[in-house]
Order: sequence, then structure tokens, then C-alpha cells
Amino acid sequence: MDNDQDLSPDTREPFEGNGVTVRLEAFEGPLDLLLHLIKREEIDIWNIPIARITEQYLEYIQIMKDLNINLAAEWLMMASTLIYIKSRMLVPQEKKEDPEDEDIEDPRHELVYQLLEHQKFKNAAEMLHTREEVENAVWNKPPADALEDANEIVDVSLFDLLRAFSEVVRRFEEQQVMEVDHEEVTVEQMILDIRNRLLLHDTILFSSLFAESRSKRHMIVTFLALLELVRMHEVRLRQKKTFEEIQISKKKETA
Amino acid sequence: METTEIQAVMEAIIYVAEEPVKPEQFREVFPDETMETLEQALKAMVEAFNARPGGMAIREVAGGFRMTTRPEHHEQIRTYLKTRPNAKLSMAALETLAVVAYKQPVTLAEILAIRGKKSSSALHTLLEKNMVAIVGRKQVVGRPILYGTSKEFLIHFGLKSLKDLPTLEEFAQLANEQL
Repeated sequence: MDNDQDLSPDTREPFEGNGVTVRLEAFEGPLDLLLHLIKREEIDIWNIPIARITEQYLEYIQIMKDLNINLAAEWLMMASTLIYIKSRMLVPQEKKEDPEDEDIEDPRHELVYQLLEHQKFKNAAEMLHTREEVENAVWNKPPADALEDANEIVDVSLFDLLRAFSEVVRRFEEQQVMEVDHEEVTVEQMILDIRNRLLLHDTILFSSLFAESRSKRHMIVTFLALLELVRMHEVRLRQKKTFEEIQISKKKETA
Repeated sequence: METTEIQAVMEAIIYVAEEPVKPEQFREVFPDETMETLEQALKAMVEAFNARPGGMAIREVAGGFRMTTRPEHHEQIRTYLKTRPNAKLSMAALETLAVVAYKQPVTLAEILAIRGKKSSSALHTLLEKNMVAIVGRKQVVGRPILYGTSKEFLIHFGLKSLKDLPTLEEFAQLANEQL
């Protein structure tokens, strides 16, 4: 555990050894390897010596194979892309009058745009990393019980919950739309669904959980999922007054 | 109510709050004051608070205000708390997160296209850490899941809102200089 933490910040840097060092963290994917090669060789991205880069790329693939590293399909796809570009480069191009035109024809360009796009997001990731460092260096510690139920908020009992559920079912039966057998939802899926909703909203109303229910089965599954979340102490149910709408919110993790 | 008193209450509320306090939330506390008055009072209070050379700062995060220690004191605080820095997100997770943040709502296939590699495990980590949430489904064949960043994301990276992120053009420029 401790070791992991000690290693993590530095292993991200590509390790510059004698040219045959492979770090999977550094070369996340084929685009990362290409960017690394381009930077190391100080190559002009708009004029990539494709034969040389392809050769080096394939060398790395060989090294990884020798090391028994399981190569994902994208590594081989990139290899074939490079070889394809290389072969297209060998085909003599007819001279165009307009140099702009020739530009568009360059078989390397699509790859270049892909590399630039990738570098762009690597930079964005770097920015997030810096921000994370700063955030990791600050603390905020509210008194643990500060928001514990203010006076007018009452915790909801299981009976309130059952009553609210029967109310929802009653209303559903009143409208009695046709019960269409939709895709069967499981309690597990519903739990994930509720968790996800709570990521997007701080609180959700009990009734809104059932707003999209078209069958009684769906409602029951939803209700069971909610009970499960309560049991696991993941959510907290509150209402402003007895008989008022029940509000569901995430339980704060006790740090 | 006197502005100084309003400001004192605001400071206290930001202190006790678990989540960043949104300006609108002060409206519930001061129903007689206009939003404009409250916002002005808040702004002045935050500025004055942060101008003093104290150990705490009020920072704007995820659309609200929260009180935290200052980053420059982290070493001493860690020594006192006897803690190590939290486990950080891996570079793969950060890259995936960057794509989600800038391209949201985005599908797994779209992330793959930009990163040039499978990102499902990185995305899984982000979902687990609540940085990313499912925001819907794309109305195309197969109805793939669309992902977006959560409020937790803003808090984790100390962002006021998504607009607080530097523009992608800035990173594009940087990329052009690097390559």
C-alpha cells in the first residue's frame, strides 16, 4: 500500500533509458507511444518521417511482445495504419498546381490531427492533475453533526415509506394506463439508477422515482431498490413534516 | 439587517455547511433582503476574509462557497494529522475524465476515438469515484450510454463550474507548441 503511493507520482513520467524501456503507465496507448517517439526525436509533427517512426513503433511492439505484455487490438491497428500510410507515401503523387491541394492529400494528416487531439487532452489531464494536487492540500472539516436533522426535518420511518409507496401505487392504479411489459429491470439495476440520480441531484423526491414507472412490477422493483439503499446506509430519507413528500438524499460519508 | 451582521452570519453558515453554500441558499436565511444585497454582501465578505493572512480561506467551488485551509499549509497540517496524501487518480483516469469534461455528454466509443485506446476500466473507476455520472442515452442505434461529469468532479478539482475550466483551444495551442 505504502509502496504504491510512493511510486505513483513518478512512474507517470516516461522513463528515458537506453531506448528499450517500456512502461505501460507511460505508454498508455499507441497514440502515447507515437507522441513519445515524436518528442524524443524532435520531429516536426507536420513532416513525420513515417518510415522511421513505423520502424520504431514496430520495435516497441516487438519488445512488448517479448515481455509477454498482452497487446490490445488498438496497438496492432495503429501498426497497420502506419504501414498503410508508409505505403501510400511511396506511391508517387502527381504534382498539383495548388500547394494547398497537395496538403490535403498528405496521407499522414489524419494521424497528425489525431495526435494533436490526443496531446490536447493530455494537456487537459495534466491541468486536472495539478488542480487535484492543490485540492489534496486543503481540508474542510465541518462539525460532523452540523447538518444533522434541523428541527423541522423528521427522519422517515419504514411505515411512512410504506404509506407513501401505497399512495404512489394507488395513484397509478387510478390512471390505469395499459400495463405494457417493458424490459425487465432488476433491483440491482435500479439501485445503480438511483445512485446515479443522486449524483446529479442532491435530493430527489420519493414520487419522482416512480414517475416513469409503467407497470406495478417496475414500481415494486424501484421500491425494493430504495429499501436496499436505506439498509446499506447509502441514502437518507427525510420529510419536512409528517405526511409531506419524502426526500431522498445521499448519506454523507463519514470521513 | 446591518450588512456586517449579514456577513458574519454568512461566514458562520459557510463554516458549518457540509457542501459548498450557494448564494441562493442565503435567501432562505435572509428572506427580507434582496438577492442583489446578499450577493454584494457575500462578495465583499469573501474578499475581506481571504485578504486577511489567516489559516482559512473561502473558495468558490461547484457553484457555492466553502471554507478550507490554505494549500500552502498542507505539510504542517499533514504532520499534525499524521496522514499521507489521498490516492490520486491515475493518468489514464485523468485523461478519460478530461475527455468527458470537455466533450460531455459523451459515449464510450467517442472517448475511445479520442484516446485511441479502450477506456472502459478508467471510466469504471471514475463512475466508482462519483466523478462521472450517466446522464442519458444517445438516440442512435444501440442507444449507447452518455456520460457527463458530476458535482463531485467540480468539488474534487476545486472548480466553480464547468465554465471555470480553461478552454480546449488553450490546450490545442499548447499542443501545437509542444509538437
